[in-house]
Amino acid sequence: MKFFAPFRLAGRALRRNKMRSLLTMLGVIIGVGSVIASVSITTGASKQVEDKVASLGQNIVTVFSGSFSSGGSRSGWGNAPTLTVDDAIAIKNEVANVVAVSPEVRDRMQILANGLNWNTAIQGESPDYPQIRDWDIADGAMFTDADVRSIAKVAVIGKTVVDQLFINEDPVGQTLIVRNIPFKIVGVLESKGFNLFGQDQDDVVIIPYTSHMRRIAKRTFVSSIMVQAASKDSITQVQEDINTLMRDRHKSAEPDFTVRTQLELMAMATSTTRIMSVLLAAIASVSLIVGGIGIMNIMLVSVTERTREIGIRMAVGARGRDILIQFLIEAVTLSAAGGIMGIALGMTAAKITSQITGWPTLTPFTWIGIACISSAAIGIVSGFYPAWKASRLDPIEALRYE
Amino acid sequence: MNAVIKLSDIHKTYRTGEVDVHAVRGVTLDIAPGEFVAIMGSSGSGKSTLMNMIGCLDRPTGGSYFLDGLDVSTLDRDQRAKIRNDKIGFVFQGFNLLSRTTALENVEMPMLYNSQRISPGEQKIRSTRSLELVGLADRANHKPNQLSGGQQQRVAIARALVNQPSLLLADEPTGNLDSQTSIEIMGVFQKLNDAGITIVMVTHELDVARYTKRMIILRDGKILTDEIVPARLNAEAELKKLRLAQEAVKLA
Ligand SMILES: Nc1ncnc2c1ncn2[C@@H]1O[C@H](COP(=O)(O)OP(=O)(O)O)[C@@H](O)[C@H]1O
Ligand SMILES: [Mg+2]
Repeated sequence: MKFFAPFRLAGRALRRNKMRSLLTMLGVIIGVGSVIASVSITTGASKQVEDKVASLGQNIVTVFSGSFSSGGSRSGWGNAPTLTVDDAIAIKNEVANVVAVSPEVRDRMQILANGLNWNTAIQGESPDYPQIRDWDIADGAMFTDADVRSIAKVAVIGKTVVDQLFINEDPVGQTLIVRNIPFKIVGVLESKGFNLFGQDQDDVVIIPYTSHMRRIAKRTFVSSIMVQAASKDSITQVQEDINTLMRDRHKSAEPDFTVRTQLELMAMATSTTRIMSVLLAAIASVSLIVGGIGIMNIMLVSVTERTREIGIRMAVGARGRDILIQFLIEAVTLSAAGGIMGIALGMTAAKITSQITGWPTLTPFTWIGIACISSAAIGIVSGFYPAWKASRLDPIEALRYE
Repeated sequence: MNAVIKLSDIHKTYRTGEVDVHAVRGVTLDIAPGEFVAIMGSSGSGKSTLMNMIGCLDRPTGGSYFLDGLDVSTLDRDQRAKIRNDKIGFVFQGFNLLSRTTALENVEMPMLYNSQRISPGEQKIRSTRSLELVGLADRANHKPNQLSGGQQQRVAIARALVNQPSLLLADEPTGNLDSQTSIEIMGVFQKLNDAGITIVMVTHELDVARYTKRMIILRDGKILTDEIVPARLNAEAELKKLRLAQEAVKLA
């Protein structure tokens, strides 16, 4: 039989029973539709999470004081007095593929400026901080290593602080007061928005870590050390080397620090959406299988109904193979058409969901491809047995069939 | 001249559980090109079984069968399908048209299974020509349920002719038709036979058999008699007579 002829035949046969064809396709339409809708929603969600994690900065490895494993107590995490500035300097000097380091000291405090006051995060950092966080300075400049050495009273502030304290004013060059100490504002950061945990990242005042430790917090340890690896590939090596180095420096039985990478954070943050998508895909594939069974059922009915037609075709010269192909293509046409309608339905459902809930949705091309291929495959699998049965009919018996 | 059909001691035995049914038991028969043969016999005498073997729908359980000089008794399913497509046209008692499919599409159907590709345009030309041959070109786009029994059988004949077979086989083609329509169909056959097509037809009506050239009577799967039809009828003449008789009735 010629290449296009079976498709014409299949189209004709399916149009003849429009309602039945549509009902048969419904299983595949709903199956594929729910796959595409759920994948679009979960992909949109994980894309958003990934963007947030990426907004943390580039190739970041963070050393926290305290340990997850120390006696099951996590309370000391970030507050235990174990990390020092010397640790940070050692990491910068001794670990390969480290491009930037910032020892961090964090507090929340009331600040004053312009006769207004505001409660905000005061962060002690090194001048490397904007580079590590991939965070540009909008106005002015970042403080320098000289400022760190001289324990300078300088600050770089976030957009929210500007909005609260310097309405319609240029904050650069002005003064803000932290714990009665005046800090000169040297720069303003670009707006970065909310982070993964819903915190406003722009609500921040960044000062040299030395200034924070000596003048404000009056302590000798740092909360954490932010490290930037040279590339994505070197993140794991940097993490391991920091672990070794720190264990060497802190000769305690239990490690009193924790090294986390951005990759791990990414994995943690996306694990829920990944579980969700696996679950949804499982449910959707069950409905696809049900759709396939529906197609097989209808194809079996169709073969029985059309036994005489099969006999006639065989009598005029159709081979078993021609009959097999005819019915197989009918089944594949059913399921592929159902698949295409399902893709359209799923994308529409995702779009509507996105409009109602405001969640971002994204339909990956790979999944459209997977949906097309699997619906065609369902047609082949579920159509094969009925088609094979048809092809094995004896022409004389089939012609005699009432 | 070489025989189109050459049957030598053909047997067909159906094994149905306990008992064997000997449907055809030793038929030897030559049919030459251009013949018009009627196979007659009572019900159950093996006519259809013999026709199915001649038509390569079925395989004999004994004996040999040469069609156009080719031994077809040993061919497999696919090879027989090709022979049916190339060399044989079938007409059945029940017409066996595809319902909800136009006459033209029904006639086109055998060309779908040709080993050579025929363009859709060429398919349409050939089917239209085939419909013209049976006098139904004006009904090309009618579906079977819009056609009379006689017209449906003409569509079936057109379908049988579309691949230009050397042999036309018909199993009780007039079995479902009234006597006048039967004569019309016999007229179509006579015309085709005059044009050189070999026809073998099964019938149990002597009236119908008298339009053929040669009459074979089967009994219990064997040939009882095989003779030339003595006073062969001409369908056109008979139809004319019939019409005159009908006019006379109306006038009276
Ligand atoms: N498929 C079959 N299985 C068993 N017996 C059959 C089969 N087909 C036909 N027969 C038997 O073979 C004999 C001849 O049948 P058939 O050729 O149809 O006769 P006819 O066409 O002359 O009426 C009958 O006795 C019939 O019952
Ligand atoms: Mg019969």
